[in-house]
Amino acid sequence: MNFTAPESLIFWTTLIFVVFFILLKKFAWKPILGAVKGREEAINDALESAENAKKEMQNLHADNERLLQEARSERDAMLKEAREIKEKIVADAKELSVVEGDKIIAQAKATIESEKKAAVADIKNQVANLSVEIAEKVIKEQLSNKDNQLKLVEDMLADIKLN
Amino acid sequence: MRCGFEIIINAVHLHRNFGTIIFIIKGMMIAQKSIKLIAILVFSLLPLFAVAGEEVGDHGDGKEFDASELINGHIGDSHEFHIADWDGHPITFYLPVILWSDNGLTVFSSEKFHHDNTGHHVVEANGQEFVRYNEVIFYKDKFEALSEDEKGAFNLDVRPLDFSITKLVFSMLMASVILFLLFFAVARSYKKNDKAPKGIAGFLEPLVIFVRDDIAIPNIGEKKYAKYMPYLLTIFFFIWINNVIGLIPFFPFSSNLTGNIFFTFVLSVITFLITSFSGNKDYWGHVFAPPVPKALYPIMIPIEIIGLITKPFALMIRLFANITAGHIIILSLISLIFIFKSIFIAPISGVFVLFMSVLEMLVAVLQAYVFTLLSALYIGQAVAEHDHH
Repeated sequence: MNFTAPESLIFWTTLIFVVFFILLKKFAWKPILGAVKGREEAINDALESAENAKKEMQNLHADNERLLQEARSERDAMLKEAREIKEKIVADAKELSVVEGDKIIAQAKATIESEKKAAVADIKNQVANLSVEIAEKVIKEQLSNKDNQLKLVEDMLADIKLN
Repeated sequence: MRCGFEIIINAVHLHRNFGTIIFIIKGMMIAQKSIKLIAILVFSLLPLFAVAGEEVGDHGDGKEFDASELINGHIGDSHEFHIADWDGHPITFYLPVILWSDNGLTVFSSEKFHHDNTGHHVVEANGQEFVRYNEVIFYKDKFEALSEDEKGAFNLDVRPLDFSITKLVFSMLMASVILFLLFFAVARSYKKNDKAPKGIAGFLEPLVIFVRDDIAIPNIGEKKYAKYMPYLLTIFFFIWINNVIGLIPFFPFSSNLTGNIFFTFVLSVITFLITSFSGNKDYWGHVFAPPVPKALYPIMIPIEIIGLITKPFALMIRLFANITAGHIIILSLISLIFIFKSIFIAPISGVFVLFMSVLEMLVAVLQAYVFTLLSALYIGQAVAEHDHH
């Protein structure tokens, strides 16, 4: 192997390597490693945030589901309540109407009774008046002559006898 | 104990990585079967043309072909960048020679040596005379007094200090510029585009993330890895691209930079320094106050210190040996054609060279990975906070 002077290669290798190393470190490795690391972090961040978003979505979904469930049960409760209220109203109305009807019937009955009483009383009065008038008229007729008057007295007396 | 444990860890990491890479290569191969066939055909026929070219080149000196000289020339360093031979003349990219001599700084073009590597051609510069012998530049007057054994690169008394931009330095500069432009483009693309990466960023980002998630974090730990990321990324891509450049067989590539032990030495020293300066109380405590009876300290402390040094030493040798071995095998296979002096060997060694080249592509990334992984592992050991037993 041909060795030229060893100091030549040792000197130049040291010099070139050191300068080369410093230049590369400053202008290549620093930006490259920085960029690679930055990008790795960015990718990791992106993946993480995607994962978070997914989780959030799931949470949201669960929330939605829960809200829906709540709404549904609330609606059911409301419907049930409404039905109950309706039934109660109907029942109340029925009860009320019966009571009212009874009351009206009772009033009507009472009115009819009183009307009836009044009518009977009236009829009685009228019959009495009529009877008096008839009696008056009959008496007037019968008593207009002497014979009749006598006869009447006789009849009457006869009646009394009979009795 | 620690050493054995480390080897197991290395083996596990290596095994896992081998699996991944082989799987990728398999997938590519299945998808491109027909392309593969054509490539094999072309690669096996290519040496035929090379033989034709080399025969013309060999006419001049008529020397016997020397494979070890060729291989040594290719895996070593040189002051100029040989591109090709044309019509018996070499086409060469000349690089500057920079010397720190007795008369101070001396700069001239490597063209002045006229391809001489035997110590005969004299170059005058800055009032001094230089000769070059086996790619080492000597003072001419001192060189002539040397015996053959003393004409080595480590004989600093007889030669000026050489800070030349050699072929390997040139290649290293080129690799740095390519890598810097590449990653600067990636960094800029992130400023414009903060969505998924596109284009070049899409191709390189997985590699950056691979270094982070499979090398830095498992070995250094989630808390402390960020500080060492720039260094690990730099050595990973720097070693890889230089390995690959070494495998491309034409100008301006083909230099064997990562197969040069001085280069791997510097890188492992840097890892060693980073490891040492990152070392916490536990780490140094384990070295200088190991959990053994005090009487054993004279044995244990030197062993621990040797343990510190063997780690970067292994890093240095591993990368150097792997890459150099690959180059030597490929060059040897090509040399076979010239040793047998028969073009019928060419298709055979062409197929083997293709196979080796594919294997070396794997080794190129694997060794970059191993160097980075072990650096991370050593740093991880230095910064680890463990409770004592």
